Amino acid sequence: MNTNQAAQTISEKFEGTTVLEFRGEHTVTVAPADFRLVMEYCKNELDFDMLLDASSVDNSGDDPRFALVYELATLDDSVHLRVKTHIAESEEVPTVSDLWATADWHEREIWDMMGIKFSGHPDLRRILMWEGYTYHPLRKEFPLAGKPSEMPDVAFTGEAPLEGGPFVTSAGAGSRVKAEPRAK
Amino acid sequence: MTTSKASLSVSGDAAEDLNAAAAVRSELAHAAYDSKIEGNVIITRVDAAINWMRKNSLWPMPMGLACCAIELMATASSRFDISRFGSEVMRFSPRQSDVMIVAGTVTYKMALAVKRVWDQMPEPKWCIAMGACASSGGMYRSYAVLQGIDQLLPVDVYISGCPPRPEALIEGLMKLQEKIDGEESTVDLKSESLVS
Repeated sequence: MNTNQAAQTISEKFEGTTVLEFRGEHTVTVAPADFRLVMEYCKNELDFDMLLDASSVDNSGDDPRFALVYELATLDDSVHLRVKTHIAESEEVPTVSDLWATADWHEREIWDMMGIKFSGHPDLRRILMWEGYTYHPLRKEFPLAGKPSEMPDVAFTGEAPLEGGPFVTSAGAGSRVKAEPRAK
Repeated sequence: MTTSKASLSVSGDAAEDLNAAAAVRSELAHAAYDSKIEGNVIITRVDAAINWMRKNSLWPMPMGLACCAIELMATASSRFDISRFGSEVMRFSPRQSDVMIVAGTVTYKMALAVKRVWDQMPEPKWCIAMGACASSGGMYRSYAVLQGIDQLLPVDVYISGCPPRPEALIEGLMKLQEKIDGEESTVDLKSESLVS
């Protein structure tokens, strides 16, 4: 089985699944309702033994707002597959930490940074920030400088001075001078 | 000499008594001026003596939090050899440390732990903020990073650099030694004892 076959198999088996091929990489986008079933199928039938990474994207302004991105691989590293699903802000996503143990911490990080909840997760605590911190810092509406918060005897945060920032890199702006990070 | 002359003109028991007394007196005179001690006595002020002892035996509490800690380790090892300045005794217990070297990025999650270790260090204590991050947050203008450790504890010496070279850390340590040299330690000791 190669990556293309794996992607086609999934799209045939699950309705509403789209396959995107870009430079030899295959991405299947599945409906949130099918997400758990697709992942089970990948693990049990298609032998994707390894979850390389799980991440999330905040497409602020779009509906549904968030995208979850899971990178699957076989242990002999011959087949890679990217599984995406789009979910709304209020939705919960079924965990896959029982299929791949490595998803446990990845999903905790997604919860911590983006505020997406995973149903059925055994231990959904924050992993980078502390329990009691009220924000999800990688959401688009969260300012880079941070927001003040206070938890006595645990931690506090303040606002970082940006002095003309935030500094934005403009890739492909022509010259190096124009491309380098500046207040724009 | 007058005593020995006198003893010549006296005879019997009285003469013996006088001889014994003279021997004791000459011994006392000898003890008061001992040529062996001469040159080994230094007159100084208590302040100067205390400061001298403190500044030449600064035991660091290494608070290595990021890449600055690598330079801190380099400073401690053979090429740069911080022991030339009396600071080679890295103590990983705050109870035994004199100077906390905050080397690296202090995140908000770590900040109160740093403060707690600082509070556990006995007086007198000093703090060196090593590098841009510990001094001001450095390039991390971010929600997660404390913008300078001086928001939490008093800093004596700031060292610039990202990370500073070992020479810079040694320079900072020498600056701290200069600062300690100018302290009024006795007055501080008195005021401390008055408070407690």
